[in-house]
Amino acid sequence: MPKYGFVIDCDKCTGCHACFLACKDEFTGNDYLPFSAAQPDSGHTWIRLNEIEHGEGTKVKVDYIPRLCQHCEVLACASVAPKGAVYRRADGIVIIDPLKAKGCREMVNACPYGAIYWNQDKDLPQKCTMCAHMLESGEENTRCSEVCPTEALVFGDLSDPNSAVSKLLKKKGDKVESFKPEFATKPATKYLNLPKLFIAGEVLLADKQKECVKGAKVTLTDVDGATAETMTDFFGDFEFKNLQRNKEYTLTAEFAGYLPTEVKVRTYASLNVGELVLNTL
Amino acid sequence: MFDKHQVFTNMTNGGPISVYVKDGKIVRVRPLQVPPQELKPWVIEADGKKYSPPRTFRLSPPCHAERNRVDSYNRILYPMKRVDFDPNGERNPQNRGKSEYVRISWTEALDIVSGEMKRLMATYGGHAITGMTSSHHNWGIVGYKMGPFARFMNMLNYTPIFDNTDSWEGWHWGAVHTYGFYWRLGMPEQFDLLEDILKNTEMIVFWSNDPDTTRGTYSGQESAIWRLWAKEKGIKTVFIDPLYNYTNATMNGTWLPPRPGSDTALAMAISYVWITEGTYDKEYVAEKTIGFDAFKDYILGISDNGFAKTPAWAAEESGIPERKIVALAREWAAKRTSLSSGCRGGEGGACRTAYSTEWARMMVCLQAMRGLGKPGISIWGGTMGAPADSKTWFPGYAEPRGQMGKSGVAKNKLALTNTTQQRLFRLTLPEAIQTGKESFLGDGFCGQSIEQHFKRNSYPIEGPARMFYRYGGSFMGTMVDTNKWVKMYQSPNLEIVVAQDCWFSGEAKFADIILPACTNLERNDVGEWAACGGYTTNAHIGNNYRVLVREQKAVEPMGESKSDYEIFTLLSERLGMQELFTEGNSEDDWAKLFYESSDVAKTVSWEEFNKKGYHIIPVPDNYQATPSLRWFAEGRDVDTPDTGNPKRGTDKAKELGTYSGKIEFASESLRKNMPDDTERSIVPSYHDSWEGHHSELYKTYPLQVISPHPRFSFHTQYDNHTTWVDEIPLHRVEKNGYRWWPIRISPADAKARNIRTGDIVELYNDRASVLGSAVVTERVRPGIIHSYASGAKYDPIVPGQPGSTDRGGCINLLTPSRMTSVNVPGMSPNSLLCEIRKWED
Repeated sequence: MPKYGFVIDCDKCTGCHACFLACKDEFTGNDYLPFSAAQPDSGHTWIRLNEIEHGEGTKVKVDYIPRLCQHCEVLACASVAPKGAVYRRADGIVIIDPLKAKGCREMVNACPYGAIYWNQDKDLPQKCTMCAHMLESGEENTRCSEVCPTEALVFGDLSDPNSAVSKLLKKKGDKVESFKPEFATKPATKYLNLPKLFIAGEVLLADKQKECVKGAKVTLTDVDGATAETMTDFFGDFEFKNLQRNKEYTLTAEFAGYLPTEVKVRTYASLNVGELVLNTL
Repeated sequence: MFDKHQVFTNMTNGGPISVYVKDGKIVRVRPLQVPPQELKPWVIEADGKKYSPPRTFRLSPPCHAERNRVDSYNRILYPMKRVDFDPNGERNPQNRGKSEYVRISWTEALDIVSGEMKRLMATYGGHAITGMTSSHHNWGIVGYKMGPFARFMNMLNYTPIFDNTDSWEGWHWGAVHTYGFYWRLGMPEQFDLLEDILKNTEMIVFWSNDPDTTRGTYSGQESAIWRLWAKEKGIKTVFIDPLYNYTNATMNGTWLPPRPGSDTALAMAISYVWITEGTYDKEYVAEKTIGFDAFKDYILGISDNGFAKTPAWAAEESGIPERKIVALAREWAAKRTSLSSGCRGGEGGACRTAYSTEWARMMVCLQAMRGLGKPGISIWGGTMGAPADSKTWFPGYAEPRGQMGKSGVAKNKLALTNTTQQRLFRLTLPEAIQTGKESFLGDGFCGQSIEQHFKRNSYPIEGPARMFYRYGGSFMGTMVDTNKWVKMYQSPNLEIVVAQDCWFSGEAKFADIILPACTNLERNDVGEWAACGGYTTNAHIGNNYRVLVREQKAVEPMGESKSDYEIFTLLSERLGMQELFTEGNSEDDWAKLFYESSDVAKTVSWEEFNKKGYHIIPVPDNYQATPSLRWFAEGRDVDTPDTGNPKRGTDKAKELGTYSGKIEFASESLRKNMPDDTERSIVPSYHDSWEGHHSELYKTYPLQVISPHPRFSFHTQYDNHTTWVDEIPLHRVEKNGYRWWPIRISPADAKARNIRTGDIVELYNDRASVLGSAVVTERVRPGIIHSYASGAKYDPIVPGQPGSTDRGGCINLLTPSRMTSVNVPGMSPNSLLCEIRKWED
């Protein structure tokens, strides 16, 4: 028995929206009973990309989170649905039954991931089916992962050790995360490199402000005393990635022959601390 | 459910596709389905790692919406006539763009169009007919723009319209005078640069270049993974662009946003650092270039009245701190650096500004100072340079051998027998029509010689054009100062306007007669992926595989639409020229003739190809890389497959295409032909933009607007065609049931004007006013507005009124008509000043 699932590497997503369009191509106007009824021409995005822009000034990043049904083990959507209207198959695919779920608009709001859409004409909640109809026909891929140009979306049989998705999990399994695990629905869709916050800035020397300072040491210390260290690049820039939201940190910049400087910051968002100017000893 | 389909093969301008059809309807379009074992991926080894592409094809995103596009809400389904157009009575040209249309029969439509053609030809001659094709709306050889259109129109002795180099103006008009490559229209060869990047390059400077968005023109997303490899390998990247662009978003490089129009100053300051610190490749400069002393004098201010092009000055001009400019220059000198600017897929905004020739020339000069062509040191667009068999020839639409009016497969080479001498030029067509006369420099695409740049064309010679036959509209949206096109269309000098298109483009509704054409999913053809031929020989190197496709008609044409070939055949018939036009060939006959003229037919028969639907040309087992310009750097004969290089195989094969055969810091071709031009001067020079932050106009309109090529459409094509593409967030933004064009603005500028994301805003200047949806973003710096060019929707609040506020997002209504510089007829949409305000209260 196969066990299907996605592993999505946000670092590789370029925001091209090929997945978004391929999904529309597969489902708009096409019925695949008993797995899905046709998607309406407009308004549904069974896979979509969250574009996240963070940072300030010239220290900016744009990240993406591909969003689709998480094919959870705990079906939040089922709590409001009639019996059998939504079910998780043995192969891991969560299906909203296009007949039994008729009229059950509550499911749209019951999904904490916002992955269920309402089909007004059909009076039906709808969502990603992992292209179940294609898998049944012997295909091994979903339309969205088939077209992903950078292999950010990897789909396959998790029970087959030779599948691309299994190999990826084996290689990077320790880095795999769930998106919003706090929803406690045990999502089966796994992510790599979900966007985190960053702190960036530049180190300058008070008496040499027309030069970039390469190799200044910058230390980031959190309230528990844990530290991370980096060096400025040839532009004098530094960056700390993968930071937690709403934490307090102390940034210290040092360069031989100069007085260290220190700033306290809180990561309410990604930050550009600007120029840290070091005075001569 | 899934398998009971017919599957047809076809090609788009962003990759090959399999088209699934059930009950006469397209139900699905996928990347061409080829068994993986038929694909033999190349392998590049670099630093002990093997790089190899996936066994599949990566389409351009909007091509995934082909099904929705064939069945578009915006398709033209029937022939139509403007209600107040009477060819035998009142024509009411002033109402073009205003009046409604009435459906007519094909018979009536063809009778009117052919009748007008006969009348004009009999009264004045064929020159009274002019017309022009669009770019990029379909794909193929038999049915695409340079095929039947050119064969038919030249048969009538029409007045051809020269194209302008809309995308790479500065390279075409400028860089040619520094390093030649006129046969590539100013863009350098790109062969085997992927291997060179992965093996040898330590840093890539992307300068006004967003390859993740422009995608090597036709190569879809084949190169997306290459750039990730470069990132994962730890190659440092720097992005010089007023927009934090999408490639930067992926590669996470250092962002240096210059003020638009200041890029040349920045480049000069970098050369200043190298000259003053003595860190340029002196041996290369001495052996491979000429004119460096004059250049050096200009940069150091020994000439130019003591004005030195220092980093401090460039910092003032560009807004980039002096220390960053110096640091970049030093790192660039210390590391093997590829300059990613220009080239296919790298046609950024800086080459479409005032004096952009000087910027493009400076790009070449910078890399010349680094030893252009040495390992790791290239000018690379970021989208080309895969290993490929470039010896096997297959016709492309843009080369004579791929055009039914010129190819040897035609008995009558009708595109070569046109007796009309006069030419028009797209950028000045509106003026030419309205005033009846025009004069312009150059032959549009000057791919035959450097001297073409200096040739003056005058119109009219035979007499004015009176019929405008528009095919595949895209000018409302892509051409600068679009209101002048509105005025042109309403001119009584155009006695009849015909639009032949698949969709209601912004222009279609200015026609008197509209003829519905079908897409290439509704007709038969042949085509190779991305390989247009002509001035970009072997463009397949932007793809991971060479893919030829038998374009198979998947469904009947929508409504009453017909193939281009059929439309021109029917018109020929009425003109008594059917036999001459068709030579008795059907579309399929032509497709077969073209196929059989190719090298591929020697090993794969037409019957086999026709049946299978595609053919993959594999990379030879003994493939030997010949990196671009390595031959030049090493003093060898040219060994790349740049077949247009006229010095190839001659005793000058070691030379570039410049007069001296070397890189010319001081241009010999400019010295000889236009020595007194102070704007495109012998040595590259810096000038304040005629519409920039030094302009008087800046006091009234203090925002500089850039409008580079768009991310989710191809020029105008694919925008306003499909609900699916329209729904991509930030392609268009829906509000109150209308899909608006995004306009990006910095938080500071937005705050000062009380603008928030999602507000409908009016971008305006003295030329026009365009509405859009505000996107407040850190991705542009204060003082700069970004909004992509080429929105397909021209939707004036007062239809047909030049200058009316446009709701559709047609940014080019705002852009200036003024050309690059006094002797350079290039468009400069990125030299644009505006103000912005909230539209709604």
